[in-house]
Amino acid sequence: MADVKLTNVKKVYANQVEVMRDINLDIKQGEFIVFVGPSGCGKSTLLRMISGLEEISGGTLEIDGQVVNDIPPSLRGIAMVFQSYALYPHMTVYDNMAFSLQIAKVAKDDIDQQVRKAAEMLQLTPYLDRLPKALSGGQRQRVAIGRAIVRRPKVFLFDEPLSNLDAALRVATRMEIANLKESMPDSTMIYVTHDQVEAMTLADRIVLLSAGNIEQVGSPLALYERPENVFVAKFIGAPAMNIIPCTVQSTGDHTEVSLSSGQAVTLPIKTASSEQGKPAHFGVRPEHLDIAGDGDAAILEGEVSFIESLGEATLLYIAVPGMDDMVIAKQIGTIPTQRGDKVRLVANPERLHLFDENEQSYRTE
Amino acid sequence: MVISKKGSALTAVVHLTVLFLVVMWTIPTAGLFISSIRDKDQLSTSGWWTALSTSEQRLVERAASPESQTQENGLWVIRGNVLGDSEGEVTRFGSSSLKPEDFAAGETAELRRGIRLQVMANGDYEISSETEMQGRRGQRIFYTAEVPPRFTLDNYREVLGAEGLGKSFINSLTVTIPATIIPILIAAFAAYALAWMKFPGRGLLIAAVVGLLVVPLQMSLIPLLKSYNVIGEFFGVGAKTYVGIWLAHTGFGLPLAIYLLRNYIAGLPGEIIESARVDGASDFDIFRKIILPLSFPALASFAIFQFLWVWNDLLIAMVFLGNNEDQLVMTGQLRELLGSRGGNWEILTASAFITIIIPLCVFFGLQRYLVRGLLAGSVK
Ligand SMILES: Nc1ncnc2c1ncn2[C@@H]1O[C@H](COP(=O)(O)OP(=O)(O)O)[C@@H](O)[C@H]1O
Ligand SMILES: [Mg+2]
Repeated sequence: MADVKLTNVKKVYANQVEVMRDINLDIKQGEFIVFVGPSGCGKSTLLRMISGLEEISGGTLEIDGQVVNDIPPSLRGIAMVFQSYALYPHMTVYDNMAFSLQIAKVAKDDIDQQVRKAAEMLQLTPYLDRLPKALSGGQRQRVAIGRAIVRRPKVFLFDEPLSNLDAALRVATRMEIANLKESMPDSTMIYVTHDQVEAMTLADRIVLLSAGNIEQVGSPLALYERPENVFVAKFIGAPAMNIIPCTVQSTGDHTEVSLSSGQAVTLPIKTASSEQGKPAHFGVRPEHLDIAGDGDAAILEGEVSFIESLGEATLLYIAVPGMDDMVIAKQIGTIPTQRGDKVRLVANPERLHLFDENEQSYRTE
Repeated sequence: MVISKKGSALTAVVHLTVLFLVVMWTIPTAGLFISSIRDKDQLSTSGWWTALSTSEQRLVERAASPESQTQENGLWVIRGNVLGDSEGEVTRFGSSSLKPEDFAAGETAELRRGIRLQVMANGDYEISSETEMQGRRGQRIFYTAEVPPRFTLDNYREVLGAEGLGKSFINSLTVTIPATIIPILIAAFAAYALAWMKFPGRGLLIAAVVGLLVVPLQMSLIPLLKSYNVIGEFFGVGAKTYVGIWLAHTGFGLPLAIYLLRNYIAGLPGEIIESARVDGASDFDIFRKIILPLSFPALASFAIFQFLWVWNDLLIAMVFLGNNEDQLVMTGQLRELLGSRGGNWEILTASAFITIIIPLCVFFGLQRYLVRGLLAGSVK
């Protein structure tokens, strides 16, 4: 039903800068999709093209099987929640929520019923007669969401809705949005954020963007476990994955590489024989690096040059000879290791990643 | 601590400056107002700041003519009161302009040919002579009197009625009210379009408006009047009509109005407008329901500007309106009064005060809309 389909969608601004290139994306009805990516990568632009606030420079956008490239925002069956809330400051909460229905000339009784229902859902009933300036940040955010709900859209669009809230409120509102989604299983939601925690916790599928391109689309865990390229690998997960330059030594069902620090590592990843001798990128997440026991064959060795104790975990910054960047290892709890200690690190081979010289993953499945 | 000291010094400077400005503004206005309600004789002899104290005036009064003399106890006597109906107290008197203060009240002055003059403090005078007094004209009495303050609305009554200010007041309002409302209406629409609607040539239009800001209006007076002549002839009316001056003021006011309002409206948060667009509002809906209410401060400040400018305008009124009673505006009337009644301060001050009453009302009426924080709560 309310599928959203983007085919070769492009955006070129007046200054001839191409900010979105050939975006292809299939969103199914009822999905919670999160666009995530660094600032300026074009998430908002993509969302605004879907909403109709920004013109589409090329390709087609379909909502519900209908091409909507030239249809104005109000007729696309979408509702948008803006980053700044964009409440009408001179109208009460009630009027803010009723505005779209009044414009659509819906009967007064129906408007009243829908506004009160939405207010009930968002616990805004006591505030209906207030002006936005008399509300807290979280309440304003809920009014903005309420304004979207009363329109009963097929697709909800959220542009960084939580970025103006303080940390505690952000977590609470994030859960509210998750609940909201659960209570409206048929609505499609597209949610923009630059915060990977929001993306990981809310999304059915994440669309990871960078510089106008889609880097990877998939479930949060798929992006975490099977990043298709170095960009995704480094973007998802905190601290970011350690990427270490290496050279392919032997190919086959298992691949052996030699790291720039000298060690040789064998990974259970299949490579073609043509890759023999080529430069590559070896990746391992900080949380997958463990301190080696006496008999283990270490994959990395170095000196601890800095320690961050977070309580629940300890981050070791390790200078490895022969490497420019420090390797980060994340250990559960507190550990006795001191600054200056020599450590040897091991990792489960299943948790290792290997990317070719163009930074694409060797994993195919 | 250093910072707070600095801060309080700055606050003190700010407060002093404000106080200074208030005083600078209030004192002349108060002076004008007090002068306008003083008695015209007092106004011409002393400044308004002495209005509440008794004033010392040197006056001259002609006594009753010798025809009214009566015979009492063998003396011929003329009686009367120099002060007439007005209050006051005579302190000194004299009989010639060379020596107006020779005698204190109650003393008796010897005039020529055995005639005696006595003036009492309450103003009663008595001229007595042993022989019958000759002549038809009464004796002149010079006296100095302490006169208590006297306030009156007579000046206003006079200028509004006899001097024709009442009519020109109405004429001024007839010019000013439409000449304020019309440009604001047009400019608000234009400003919205220039700020938020996308159409080709928008940038050029804005540039043209900015360009028009610096065109001196004097340049266009003659061409405009000429075209009014032609158009007036076509419709069978004269060139000098109220519609004509409304349009002239509208034209002269529009560039600034559009410029100011566009800047303000362009500064409104774009997401509010986009949000309204997603909600299905048309451009006209957005203008009416979002832009207008949020632009009230800008509209009010421009309304004040335009109102004052049109109200105080003389040049355009002289060019585009006639000089007859039906079309002469306040400023024109005031100018005529300056010419014909230049010495009559009571007339000029009262007229001047009438001309500033309306601008004051407009300012105090609209200033509550000049509020900040209209956008509070909309965006963070
Ligand atoms: N009106 C515009 N004209 C030209 N470039 C723009 C315009 N709006 C955005 N951009 C550019 O498009 C890119 C994507 O912007 P945006 O979608 O807002 O990024 P984000 O992912 O942070 O939401 C940015 O590089 C930005 O500079
Ligand atoms: Mg953005």
